[in-house]
Amino acid sequence: MSENAIIEIEDVSKSFGSVTALSGVDAIIREGEFFSLLGPSGCGKTTLLRLIAGFDEPTGGTVSIAGEPMAGKPANMRPTNMVFQSYAIFPHLSVGENVGYGLKKKKMSRQEIADEVTRALAMVDLAGYGDRAAHELSGGQRQRVALARALVMKPKVVLLDEPLSALDKKLREQMQIELRQLQKQIGITFILVTHDQEEALIMSDRIAVLFEGEIAQLDTPEALYRRPVNKRVASFIGVMNFMPATVTASSDTAMSVNIPSLGQVDLRADQLPEGLNPAAVDTIGVRPEMLTILFDESETAEREAPGEVTSASYCGDMTYYSVLLAQADEPVTISMRNTTGRSILTPGTQVRVGWGHESVVLFD
Amino acid sequence: MNVTRFLSRNWLVSYAVVYMVLLYLPALLLPLFAFNSSTIIAFPLKGFTLEWFGVLIETKALHKAVQNSLIIALITSAISTLLGILGARAIVRFRFPLKRGIVGLIMVPLILPEIIVGVSLLVLLMQIGISLSIWTVIAGHVLICLPFSVAILSSAFQGLDPSLEEASMDLGETRFGTFRRVIFPLILPGIISSMLITFTISLDEFIIAFFLTGTDVTLPVYIWGQMRFPAKLPSIMALGTILLLLSIFLLVLGELFRRRSARRQGKSTSPTGGLV
Amino acid sequence: MLSREGRQGLTLISPPFLYALLLLAAPLAVVVTFSFWSQNYLDLDTTLTLKNYREVWTKPIYRVLILRSLNISMLVTVFTVLLAFPMAYFLSFRVKQNKALWLFLITIPFWTSYLLRIFLWKVILGYNGVLNSALMGAGFIDEPLTFIMYNVTAVVITLAHAWAPFAILPIFVALERIDRSLLEAAEDLGDGPVRRFFRVTLPLAMPGVLASTLLVFIPTVGDFVTPRLVGGKDGLMVANLIQVYFGKANNAPLATALAVSSMLIVTSISVIIFIVGRRIGGRTR
Repeated sequence: MSENAIIEIEDVSKSFGSVTALSGVDAIIREGEFFSLLGPSGCGKTTLLRLIAGFDEPTGGTVSIAGEPMAGKPANMRPTNMVFQSYAIFPHLSVGENVGYGLKKKKMSRQEIADEVTRALAMVDLAGYGDRAAHELSGGQRQRVALARALVMKPKVVLLDEPLSALDKKLREQMQIELRQLQKQIGITFILVTHDQEEALIMSDRIAVLFEGEIAQLDTPEALYRRPVNKRVASFIGVMNFMPATVTASSDTAMSVNIPSLGQVDLRADQLPEGLNPAAVDTIGVRPEMLTILFDESETAEREAPGEVTSASYCGDMTYYSVLLAQADEPVTISMRNTTGRSILTPGTQVRVGWGHESVVLFD
Repeated sequence: MNVTRFLSRNWLVSYAVVYMVLLYLPALLLPLFAFNSSTIIAFPLKGFTLEWFGVLIETKALHKAVQNSLIIALITSAISTLLGILGARAIVRFRFPLKRGIVGLIMVPLILPEIIVGVSLLVLLMQIGISLSIWTVIAGHVLICLPFSVAILSSAFQGLDPSLEEASMDLGETRFGTFRRVIFPLILPGIISSMLITFTISLDEFIIAFFLTGTDVTLPVYIWGQMRFPAKLPSIMALGTILLLLSIFLLVLGELFRRRSARRQGKSTSPTGGLV
Repeated sequence: MLSREGRQGLTLISPPFLYALLLLAAPLAVVVTFSFWSQNYLDLDTTLTLKNYREVWTKPIYRVLILRSLNISMLVTVFTVLLAFPMAYFLSFRVKQNKALWLFLITIPFWTSYLLRIFLWKVILGYNGVLNSALMGAGFIDEPLTFIMYNVTAVVITLAHAWAPFAILPIFVALERIDRSLLEAAEDLGDGPVRRFFRVTLPLAMPGVLASTLLVFIPTVGDFVTPRLVGGKDGLMVANLIQVYFGKANNAPLATALAVSSMLIVTSISVIIFIVGRRIGGRTR
């Protein structure tokens, strides 16, 4: 993956009548990366994708692709191709005709088109399906045809609008991995729109999280999960326990935080989100897997806090406990892997909860 | 199955059968008396004859009326379908100011008594000083056919996934190319269905034609004229038989196209054909 | 200022819209204007006058004809809708496959020549007609029945038959839209088939019934072919008079005043039916 920008989005806003869909969005998408636009429905992620594709024009700001501003260029003039949420397979054309649809506009011989179509179909594991009618395809096959139809155009960027949302869970998980592998293999930039945080984490090199028409955070999946910039991002991606806290001392290299329900902890500066104002910190967050229930006396942790199990939800490989810490008003969620020797604790059990300075994320 | 439910089901089925029989019974008289050798339309039937069809072949005035009606129906169906395509497309794909009012005006001939349509057009034409001809009949027929075209084509456009057009544009096609390669093939069955149905409506329409026809009478106006003469009744029966068969043929054809359209788009057919 | 979408939409709709404007709205406006003019033999007097309306609203002949037309139309509407409901119910709830085929079969007669359908009733109900000749041939009666032809009854039968398919479709659509789980819920909550029908099915079907009612009522008031062919002297309707004034009597202003007055009355009644219907089926949308 190179560091060259393929798409530059500068101060882009879009409104439909009085409704603002996007405001002041800035982002740079790098050549060859798998980039995701993640957010709840209505956050503007699809709008942004459509602005890149050229189906809509921004109300303000510019979108540039490969260094060229796209203003005024309709979709048919842009080096992007889209995989639609509904797949938009032309129902009156065969699979092969669908894939070759866009090639007809390029100056290519019949034979060249046929070869390209065959190659594209092979790429998505649909070799030999060229003569099938569109309505004979299953959901997963339609998705592959839509992808082949975009890839055959050799676009600079492939845009995917929730391409997996219509598939069932098993198939979706399989396609997530396949899509990711295919993208790495051919090296074309993919931009994926999704509302499924897990899907975004699995597939992407980088993710932009959008809320209400603005990018809340643009980061790698790991950074997004480990160091969310605010509470909203934190609770949108995975589960986060929030607890009140105050900063008792801070320097350039470290920060002391008092968490009434857990205790006192010192945090290193590199663990803190950029631009955090120590004075404004009033909350910390802890992921459920960053807390442990210490099952017997021999188990220890960096720090410990007493608590009582209030409920347990058994999920097969994991059990999710609600634990009320001694100094807290509300229970926290703790996830525990059900490895051998661990029984399910019943509500009322007194436990020791283990944690450490790496468990904690600060929020202002 | 409990007894009351069984009875209620049978009651409904018998009702439906009787209803359908009564609906079709009058039409069945047409062929019955068209081949009956008696000059009066009454039971008992006398014998089989093709005489009344022979009369039709010999009547020159009838041929002229048929020719007029066919020309009118053909032009009417073409114009109303063309206008219908524009209207349906606008209604299905676009939001625009005064949409309800505009669509309402276009659709209102559907419930307006035809005499009002006929009379008001006649008054206007008289005032402007346009003399009656087949074109004035066409003007009136397009007006009453347009709502049907719009309804049929709206359902054709509704079945069209908007992302198909976007996909085509995205793959490098122009607006016109998209219409030619994607939209047109997918709504073609709807277009044909609209043309067939409006053709049928125009061919059978009497009231508007009655007011707006000039010296070139249409077929229904011609039939109306003949109804006064009892001696002509058997040949009207023969003519009616032919018309009935033609109408049914056109309608069946239209229906087949409509279903094909729905199938092509991978949608289940709306049983009412988008007319309601 | 218009949005791009608004402009494109208006551009697309403008040909059919202009057509309807020029050939429907404009003529209707002319008709209304005409009704305030008057005619002396062959000359049209364009000074505005209420003369025509005074005549229409005071002379008994017009009142009789208008009232009779409304009466006939209402009878036709009631008959048609009442008879159509069970048929629509059958189609929606009992027919499992081939619904489209059934509907197609129902609509075919509607598309076939209107004139011929009415003409056939004349042939059936006539003095020497099919019904009388068949009944006499079978020995049920000795002389032709006369009460079935050339009167209001004949007009009602003929019109009800002609408009039957038009009444079924809206009711059918309304019934189809009823979520079947609502009916199961009603049953689950203790309603028997009859109570369920009156408490759930019928109220939810009311919009369709209302649409049917108006779809039949409005156009039938303006019919002049049926009364002319099977109505006799006592079965003539207001449209017959309009037609005569336009033709032989050559008094277009009076005819237009009559037409405008009738349409106003029909519109008011339709609005009342609509409002009352909304009340009954009120909370459903």
